[in-house]
Amino acid sequence: MSIRHSLLALLQDQPRYGYQLRVEFENRTGATWPLNIGQVYTTLDRLERDGLVAKEGDDGEGHVVYSITAAGKAEVQSWFAAPVERTNPPRNELAIKLALAVTLPGVDVQAIIQAQRVASIRSLQDYTKARRDTAASQRSGDTAWLLVLDSLIFQTEAEVRWLDLCEARMVQQAQSAGSGGARKTSNGVTEDATPLNADSRR
Amino acid sequence: MSVRGPQQVLELAKVSRTFGEGATAVAALRDVDLAISAGEFVAVMGPSGSGKSSLLALAGGLDRPTSGAVFVESTPLAALGLNELARLRRRAVGYVFQDFNLVPTLTAAENVALPLELDGTASKKAQRQAADALRQVGIPELADRFMDQMSGGQQQRVAIARAVVGKRRLILADEPTGALDSTTGQGVMEVLRSRADAGAAVMLVTHEARHAAWADRVVFLRDGRIVDQATAMHDPALLLSQAGH
Repeated sequence: MSIRHSLLALLQDQPRYGYQLRVEFENRTGATWPLNIGQVYTTLDRLERDGLVAKEGDDGEGHVVYSITAAGKAEVQSWFAAPVERTNPPRNELAIKLALAVTLPGVDVQAIIQAQRVASIRSLQDYTKARRDTAASQRSGDTAWLLVLDSLIFQTEAEVRWLDLCEARMVQQAQSAGSGGARKTSNGVTEDATPLNADSRR
Repeated sequence: MSVRGPQQVLELAKVSRTFGEGATAVAALRDVDLAISAGEFVAVMGPSGSGKSSLLALAGGLDRPTSGAVFVESTPLAALGLNELARLRRRAVGYVFQDFNLVPTLTAAENVALPLELDGTASKKAQRQAADALRQVGIPELADRFMDQMSGGQQQRVAIARAVVGKRRLILADEPTGALDSTTGQGVMEVLRSRADAGAAVMLVTHEARHAAWADRVVFLRDGRIVDQATAMHDPALLLSQAGH
């Protein structure tokens, strides 16, 4: 997440002070990515150092108000214009966990997958309910929150589908590894493997 | 066996279903306990062959368990004769199948009214309730169309209207969004959700996580057994604090 560009974009709207920026950011993203006020001030300092924002002075109540500079506006423009880079995929703890689990002996990968599936579906239930409630309320400011919820729903759904795929692949591997001996059917009944000759296919 | 409360619309108690005999016997369901209350929407997930559709068939009295008991509105289905069972299915249970099972020579409204008329409801009243049901699924204007004059999505809505028409308290749906695009699929979920919110017990069999997520409870079936359940947290504060991770 680019806090730097998010704050700049909000300042393009109008001059604001640190706490206002934090509130605006959280309102527009449904507080999905909570922003630490310390992060906001540190970022503002850096933006000022780089000439992208300037202090406008005090608002009369002791808040330092910042406004965007011409260079800052150009920076926001190029941020919106450029696609988000995928060259550096975000660290996916789940993928790392499963990749390690399948390579270690004695780890019950199916149990890991199922535990994750339950947790992911639970999140998906919550996002879906939040989406339903938000769509029903039809307040004007909810469009941004709906977009964020849709994104979370798609991501979580993708995660569940990926888990299904991992599981199916594990089952496939176990079956081909055990094809010389006993075979587990989809109903969990262990059968003796039938010899692979033409007669068995009749 | 668990206690059957007045709000419990469906109960499966220690239900097993085995197909075939002896060495070739296949256990589709093993000792499944599942109860669904009025107003509750339960989704059943699991890989193919896990017993999802067998479970639905038993819940709706389309099949009988090898052992265990099925209760619909506290009535043990095993105690009913074929005619009584058919009558209970027509009155209390609505089905939505993946292939819509609509009658091509009837209009949308006639298809929806059919189970009511078979059950002895006067034709006028049945037509009125059919119009109501078509309104609920958002296609009141298609009442007089025949099936070959409707899209797949529209036909599925007719099938759902037929399942929810009248005062059905148990709605059973088997992959009802199978052939539909995602927007229409979501419309189907909205109808099922609203029937549950209006007090029906809904059981949905699906392999789609995004559809299961509309349910209050998701039950995971594997090798004929319930292995897990997920219930939504319904706690917005928790939801938000987790989303950033």
